[in-house]
Amino acid sequence: MYRQTEIINDASQNPSLGGSGETGDLIINVGPQHPATHGVLHLVITLNGETIKKVEPHLGFIHRSIEKMCESLSYRQFIYVTSRMDYLSSHINNHACALCVEKGLQVEIPPRAQVIRVLMDELTRIASHELWWGAMAMDLGAFTPFFHAFRERESINDIMEETCGARLTMNYIVPGGVMQDLHPNFQNKVKAFMQLYKRKIHEYDELVTGNIIFQNRMKNIGYLSPEDAISYGCSGPTARGSGVSCDIRKIYPYEIYDKLEFDEVLETAGDSFARYMIRIREMQQSIRIIEQLIDNIPEGDFQAKTKAVLKLPKGDFYSRVETARGELGVYIVSEGGTTPYRIKFRSPGFSNLSVLDHIARGSKLGDLVAMMGTLDLVIPDIDR
Amino acid sequence: MSKEINHKEPSSIPPSGGWGGYIKDVYRGVKSLLVGMKRTMYYFTHHKEIITQQYPDNRETLDLPDRFKGEVVMPHDEKNEHRCTGCQACELACPNGTIKVITQSVILADGRKKKAIDKLVYHLELCTMCNLCIVACPSDAIVMAQTFEHSVFDRNELTKILNNPGSKIMEGVE
Amino acid sequence: MWSFSHIANEMHEWLSKTFNPTLTLIIEMVIAGVAVIGLFAGLGLVLVIMERKVSAWMQIRLGPNRVGPKGMLQSLADTVKLLVKEGLTPDGADKFLFNLAPFIAMIVAMLLMAPIAFARDFQLWDMNIGVLYVSAVSSIMVISILIAGWSSNNKYSLMGAMRSGAQIVSYELSAGLSVLAIVVLTGSLQVSDIIQSQKDGWWIFKGHIPVIIAFVTFIIAVTAETNRAPFDLAEAESELTAGFHTEYSGMKFALFFLAEYVNVFIVCAIGATLFLGGWMPFHIGNWTDFNHVMDYIPSSIWFFGKTFFLIFVIMWFRWTFPRLRIDQLLNLEWKYLLPISMINLVVVTAMAILKWHF
Ligand code: SF4
Ligand code: SF4
Repeated sequence: MYRQTEIINDASQNPSLGGSGETGDLIINVGPQHPATHGVLHLVITLNGETIKKVEPHLGFIHRSIEKMCESLSYRQFIYVTSRMDYLSSHINNHACALCVEKGLQVEIPPRAQVIRVLMDELTRIASHELWWGAMAMDLGAFTPFFHAFRERESINDIMEETCGARLTMNYIVPGGVMQDLHPNFQNKVKAFMQLYKRKIHEYDELVTGNIIFQNRMKNIGYLSPEDAISYGCSGPTARGSGVSCDIRKIYPYEIYDKLEFDEVLETAGDSFARYMIRIREMQQSIRIIEQLIDNIPEGDFQAKTKAVLKLPKGDFYSRVETARGELGVYIVSEGGTTPYRIKFRSPGFSNLSVLDHIARGSKLGDLVAMMGTLDLVIPDIDR
Repeated sequence: MSKEINHKEPSSIPPSGGWGGYIKDVYRGVKSLLVGMKRTMYYFTHHKEIITQQYPDNRETLDLPDRFKGEVVMPHDEKNEHRCTGCQACELACPNGTIKVITQSVILADGRKKKAIDKLVYHLELCTMCNLCIVACPSDAIVMAQTFEHSVFDRNELTKILNNPGSKIMEGVE
Repeated sequence: MWSFSHIANEMHEWLSKTFNPTLTLIIEMVIAGVAVIGLFAGLGLVLVIMERKVSAWMQIRLGPNRVGPKGMLQSLADTVKLLVKEGLTPDGADKFLFNLAPFIAMIVAMLLMAPIAFARDFQLWDMNIGVLYVSAVSSIMVISILIAGWSSNNKYSLMGAMRSGAQIVSYELSAGLSVLAIVVLTGSLQVSDIIQSQKDGWWIFKGHIPVIIAFVTFIIAVTAETNRAPFDLAEAESELTAGFHTEYSGMKFALFFLAEYVNVFIVCAIGATLFLGGWMPFHIGNWTDFNHVMDYIPSSIWFFGKTFFLIFVIMWFRWTFPRLRIDQLLNLEWKYLLPISMINLVVVTAMAILKWHF
């Protein structure tokens, strides 16, 4: 009859379930199937009433051993698998891998290919942030923004579909350049998208950013100090929200990012709202980059001449890019063969997730959802 | 355990300075809510903004871009000829082992022996639409089709033979 | 004239002529019960499709558009689906309470129908403490949620229920205080008296700013009391999956679902009665001609029009705002709504004494 209370006591006495052993603690399992985790993340949360005492992420529900799979694929083939890591910035993942292979091959990328890659990167970034914005609002209980965000995201997806042939896992980048030339409609469509975006951007403020309920729920929660951001290895908007300058596009510029004019968006507050604002402002910076490039796509080849079978020289190679979530590092160890000896991905989501326990302690259960939202977790990226 | 909790008491309502601040808080809050309600009311009354596509109904008018990667197919011309030489480049390029090229040797009209495909087996259920086979094919024998409604009741139907029965290689394709 | 009250009287006369008084009373009670259940089902169907259409249009979607003309029969199809679904009772649940909870929710909603005046002289029970009765009975609602949350033997349900308890108990204060404002102005707790007092203009127009403040407070408080977004912490699907009804399925879930919508209808009906004149047509002072024109519109249309307008407003809230956090929810009540409505009540009382209203 009184099973409910018994279970609470049992779980709290069971340290393997994350229980601290104190009676009165409530341990709940958020996930692996839960609307707020946006995937199969499992969080074991120790609660005292509504207040969070401890958050323990359990990973591995969507582990597909991508790193191991890549070891049996050739340097042309393994790139497409990485689309399945952070599926929202799949293009940028591919970019990172291609950069690493190119570093080993010592090929010169034609300027046109570089510009195309950067354009696509930024479009992907906007699409990813767009989805995040909608999902973030949905986590906080506002459903309408989700659909509004999808309207803008949809037009980016259409652009992608037309040029790359797919909407999410494009596999558009090959070592040496891009797979196909831009579609003739590309420029017009991007311009149309930018107009749509500029026409609709104020709605984001009206619906979510300026909303008093939203602001109260985001401000002063989930504080992450710059020191902690660095020591937990956070990157991307999560770290920049604490004022840590870590935009790979600025610090270690790749492709043509050093020739472009854009700002690294920084906020100093370190709370959830700061992380939220970073992404909103980052979208505008991406628009700025696209504006600079869209009319100045140089003519020429879209792909450098490469051998049919790629072989990387013996050695190890590392490249990093800024995905929508932070720093993605690709580390390839080559034995000189056609397949990598070992591949390691340094995915941004994993490090960003590790900070969750730290920032969530002491806040309410409802805040946890907001904090997870601002960390912008993509679970396949964490598990790989 | 509970000692470790670092207390960051969320001060949800920003500190207001006296009565003026209190009233200002209320005013600002209510205004921000009304702005949001105005936005949703706009969409409630402007049905032209609706972007829903009624998918199965618009099948006829559905316009997929010509690069859309739906399925690998091998185009045949009206004489039932294709361009595949059986070089197996696609099979090598495919990361998933989706394509199996089964070759045979045929005897040409002038008596020479030549390698040609018997069957090009394509496992749609394994394909990730990565386009690598298409790029690898030296004679442009295979292309991506814009079909996307692939669901079937029996998964054997997903294993396809791309070359038509009785087809042969086009003149002049090496 | 052909009206609800006319039909009711005819029926009553015919029944009293045919049967003896006791039997008449019993038959009338049965008819009333059936009518209420019918209204329930009808309201459920209408409000669900309304909510889905409103949300769809606000979210630049089309909404349900397959079943029936423009998808209007969608909720009927959903009801059939829910009816044939298995009503699962979890193993560790307290079976009796688990199955009891949805019916309590339902019965409370039904009881609340009693004092509502649907049209001119058409009311189930015009008791002299109508408003008090509504406040008293509506607070039983929280018991069903607490029972549901506790008996499910699910931590999400329990948390949802506890949240709901805190929330309903606190918001009842400001809902009650804003209702009191009208009671003070009218000087009566009887629903028919309150409606009659708005013959020459609804309270929201007659009562100056204090009544408008009371009205706004009332709308916010009842949104919270009915667990609707942005105060839907008891369900909060992104935090607690489905809150107190996580474990419910099939018809038992449908009863909760229905009770939520019927409750929304009831609070909106009460809001319309108190502030917008109930079935009373729109009258302006002594513009006799204008008032006559307004009288031609049947009183039931006035009542349902006003109620559905308020329901739309509550839906509008739901599809615009993010959800509050539990401490903010209580802050809003105790730091903002309660002081405001208390001061407001004092002002309204002064107004009523000094006869400042029209
Ligand atoms: S598209 Fe990719 S996965 Fe599919 S058959 Fe071609 S190479 Fe293989
Ligand atoms: S399809 Fe192309 S690559 Fe594949 S066997 Fe035929 S000719 Fe070679």
